[in-house]
Amino acid sequence: MALDSADDRGAAGVVVTVAPRDSMAEGRQPPAIGPWRLAGRRLRRNKVALFFLALFVVLVVMCLLAPVYADHIANIGPNTNNVTGTVIVDGKQQNVVSLTGVPIGPTWGAHYLLGADTNGRDLAVRLLYGGRTSLLIGSIATVIIIVLGTLAGLLSGYFRGAADFILRPVMELIWSFPVVILGVALGTALAIGGIGPVKGNSLYIPAFIIGVVYIPYLGKPIRGEVLRLRHQDFIDAARVQGMGNWRIMFSEVMPNVASTIIVFIPLILAYSILLEAYLSFLGAGVQAPNASWGTLISDGLNYLQTTPTYSLIPGAMLVLTVLSINIVGDGIRDALDPRAQVRVRT
Amino acid sequence: MSRFIARRAFSAILLLFATSVVVFGIFEVIPSYNPARAIAGRNATPTTVAQVSEKFGFDKPIYVQYGNTMKLIFTGQIIDYSDNLNVVQQFGQRFPVTASLVVPAAILWMVVAIVLGSLSALRPGRLMDRGLMVAAIVGVSIPVFLLAAVLLYLFAFKLPWFPNTGYTQFGSNPAQWAYHLILPWIAIAALSIGFYSRVLRSSALDVANQDFVRTARAKGLSERQVFVRHVLRNSLMPIVTLFGLDFAALLGGAALVTETVFNLPGIGQYEAQAIGNLDVPPIMVGAMFTAFFVVLFSALSDVVYALLDPRIRLTG
Amino acid sequence: MDEQLLEVQDLEVAFATEDGLVRAVSGVSFTVSRGEVVAIVGESGSGKSVTVMTLMGLTRSPNSRFAGTARLRGEDLVSASEEQLEDIRGKEIAMIFQDPISSLSPVQRVGAQIVEQIRAHENISKAAALDRAIELMGRVGIPNARERARAYPHEFSGGMRQRVMIAMALSLSPSVLIADEPTTALDVTIQAQILDEIRQLSAESDAGVIFVTHDLGVVADIADRVLVMYAGRLVEQGTVDEIFYDPQHPYTWGLLGSVTRVDRDPPRRLPAIPGQPPSLVATPEGCAFRPRCPHAFDRCRELPPLAPRLAEAPGHLDRCWLAPSDKRARREVAGRIGLSEEAAAS
Repeated sequence: MALDSADDRGAAGVVVTVAPRDSMAEGRQPPAIGPWRLAGRRLRRNKVALFFLALFVVLVVMCLLAPVYADHIANIGPNTNNVTGTVIVDGKQQNVVSLTGVPIGPTWGAHYLLGADTNGRDLAVRLLYGGRTSLLIGSIATVIIIVLGTLAGLLSGYFRGAADFILRPVMELIWSFPVVILGVALGTALAIGGIGPVKGNSLYIPAFIIGVVYIPYLGKPIRGEVLRLRHQDFIDAARVQGMGNWRIMFSEVMPNVASTIIVFIPLILAYSILLEAYLSFLGAGVQAPNASWGTLISDGLNYLQTTPTYSLIPGAMLVLTVLSINIVGDGIRDALDPRAQVRVRT
Repeated sequence: MSRFIARRAFSAILLLFATSVVVFGIFEVIPSYNPARAIAGRNATPTTVAQVSEKFGFDKPIYVQYGNTMKLIFTGQIIDYSDNLNVVQQFGQRFPVTASLVVPAAILWMVVAIVLGSLSALRPGRLMDRGLMVAAIVGVSIPVFLLAAVLLYLFAFKLPWFPNTGYTQFGSNPAQWAYHLILPWIAIAALSIGFYSRVLRSSALDVANQDFVRTARAKGLSERQVFVRHVLRNSLMPIVTLFGLDFAALLGGAALVTETVFNLPGIGQYEAQAIGNLDVPPIMVGAMFTAFFVVLFSALSDVVYALLDPRIRLTG
Repeated sequence: MDEQLLEVQDLEVAFATEDGLVRAVSGVSFTVSRGEVVAIVGESGSGKSVTVMTLMGLTRSPNSRFAGTARLRGEDLVSASEEQLEDIRGKEIAMIFQDPISSLSPVQRVGAQIVEQIRAHENISKAAALDRAIELMGRVGIPNARERARAYPHEFSGGMRQRVMIAMALSLSPSVLIADEPTTALDVTIQAQILDEIRQLSAESDAGVIFVTHDLGVVADIADRVLVMYAGRLVEQGTVDEIFYDPQHPYTWGLLGSVTRVDRDPPRRLPAIPGQPPSLVATPEGCAFRPRCPHAFDRCRELPPLAPRLAEAPGHLDRCWLAPSDKRARREVAGRIGLSEEAAAS
């Protein structure tokens, strides 16, 4: 058996040719590209991630158009009760809520597209408004987590001392608390009385709770990175130049943790939306009469056998949204560093 | 070893204390929360509220209330607000149900994940490998209660293969016990299998490149022996650590919602009802119960870690 | 005539990589007889490790390509099936690796690892295998063998770990023992002990030993015959006396010249062979050493065959076109054997 030298197929069937290499010859180098543009390019080549990004955008737009749907198509608001009303289905007039208290199933028409609930409310309208709520809460929570988590990580990692002394144990304690229990405790307490000027059924309450619960999930890794970076030469160089601590922190340290933060953003958004669903499902999140995907799934459980669409359609929207975020997030992670392994666990 | 146990016990007590203070604080310190009002009902008159307040001792200073509550918990006398049941007793009665749900589900997911992860490591890039990648990311995007609802709908309602509610005790009829629990087990296990097998796969691929695996092959061991005795054993560490964290989280979260959907009379269902009724004692006891398991499982996973790798000494 | 245990004929090993076909071993032929110690010397990347690992079938992968044969008592190892190799490994041909801490399983007791080797090929009870393991450990000089068998590799010193590997390798009395730089990771003092062990044990068992090393001191100590490898090829082959006292290839002169000698004045600069070994993807045509050889001339563009060029030493082969008389003249540099004036620099 002789070995071919001219060309050979490697393991993946890739044709491999022998080319005499001379590193000194023709010093033609490819143009230098910054790491961000390189990442952008890699992301753009990831067809799957792009598809799901588009899907995510479509879902968000649908939910944002909830008022349009409510006003122009369904002609009814999300919290408008209509127990005694009727609707025309296939030419026949039917009760929205039957005399025995059973709400109508999907009509697949403009009114009550997906059916009604026991209060006669239009489920399709509630679905879109609920999506808006879930996305809003998830986004606000994500902003809280990113801002406060980064700050906590930076402060405790860079300054150490007093900041670390307080922040570290607090982060550890919150982190070791099972997420759902902590969320539930805060949720039930705050749902009744609210906090300060914010009322109990405000959407900011669940957003705040989710924010608090997940801060350590970003704060701890950022702290770790900052601790690592602190000892590097460019920090000393900056100090020697006379930069104050705060300036160093924001202009030197932060850009270096930026890629970690960027990778975490989709992860945290996904987990926030999921946690809101869990809390709302259990009754500790979004409060009646407001809707969110979690509350809709919970309400629909009673009708699972007869009208599965009540629970399953909100469920499908929830899953598609979170899945899209996760896939895009994976794509971003791959684009920034194909070898990185970052996971957030609840 | 005894130092290890002592230190872990100490940190357990610390965590339990912190948990109880935090949960208590959340409910008692938040100014707008008035448990007396919650117990008395929304339409109660101020007099009734005052009476309830006195009965439960809500008018006393906070640290006294805390002390009383702790005393009640640890002497097993604490009563819940909604049905006047003894919380600790309820937990005791319902514990076997939750254990029946959670333990076999955990075993199921670990075994399947190890098998699939191993197969995927042995054939990287092939169908199983890619399939698991998809399963992992999908699994992380679905909340347990939704999967539970879907399973319930598909396999109990649409296709009447499984019963839709209820729990049979193991003692009275093991077959029925399992039959009622299969869908719940799948609901809990399915979501973690993808992720865990991926972790095992990447760990196994790392280990397979190490020198001692080459030595094992040089001894003339078959590929299967090399994989199972050397690669696999050294790849289990990361999933052991993850499992320690996840199992406790499972008790505090997934168990609640799964029991709700499948109507299993376990601790989770009790806690979920308490949440719906704004009933504090079960939530408090539940939180401490879960915190206890967090510490227990974290300690256990350290022990297993030390068993798997004799270079690790059990320190505090 | 000594029984020829191993006969390697025109062995070629290449790996398909992204950069091209890497020819790690090109046309290597040699034999190993019963009771003989054959040393293979060369720099890193010369192909010596790949050669011996190929004998055990440890270089097989989807990217590897082989040609030639390696007959162990008539049976070819290069084309053997995995099952056949599994039978042979450990039993007929055994290997001691370079770094015992990473080559022994960290989570298994040392005794158990030897037992595993024994029971891979012999159907005896664990207890009987353990007894044998303990006896072997005693024979290689590990004190308190019965107790120490229960210890883990990290509880041993480097030298003791290597003794364990030796015990393991010799447990089934293989006909050929391969030692791949077994002393490189050890202290010099321990090195001498390990070499003694290997020499003694192989003499006792009459095995043929292939000893891979880059250290000429070790070669002088232990070898009967020497193979010098450069850029995947054998460039010189002979008895240890022939190689040390009458080396025929400039590369060998360079190797010998770079050894600092205790009985001479220390050089101002440590002598080294100038330049770098060539890329194994694009080997230059003709003699591979040509770019670095101060004695190169026109004919060197044509690859010299490995052939005996001294009438009085038919077993002494080399790949250099220079006339033997030329060689004798050129290799004397500053009173000793070396590559060139510049290289010697003393």
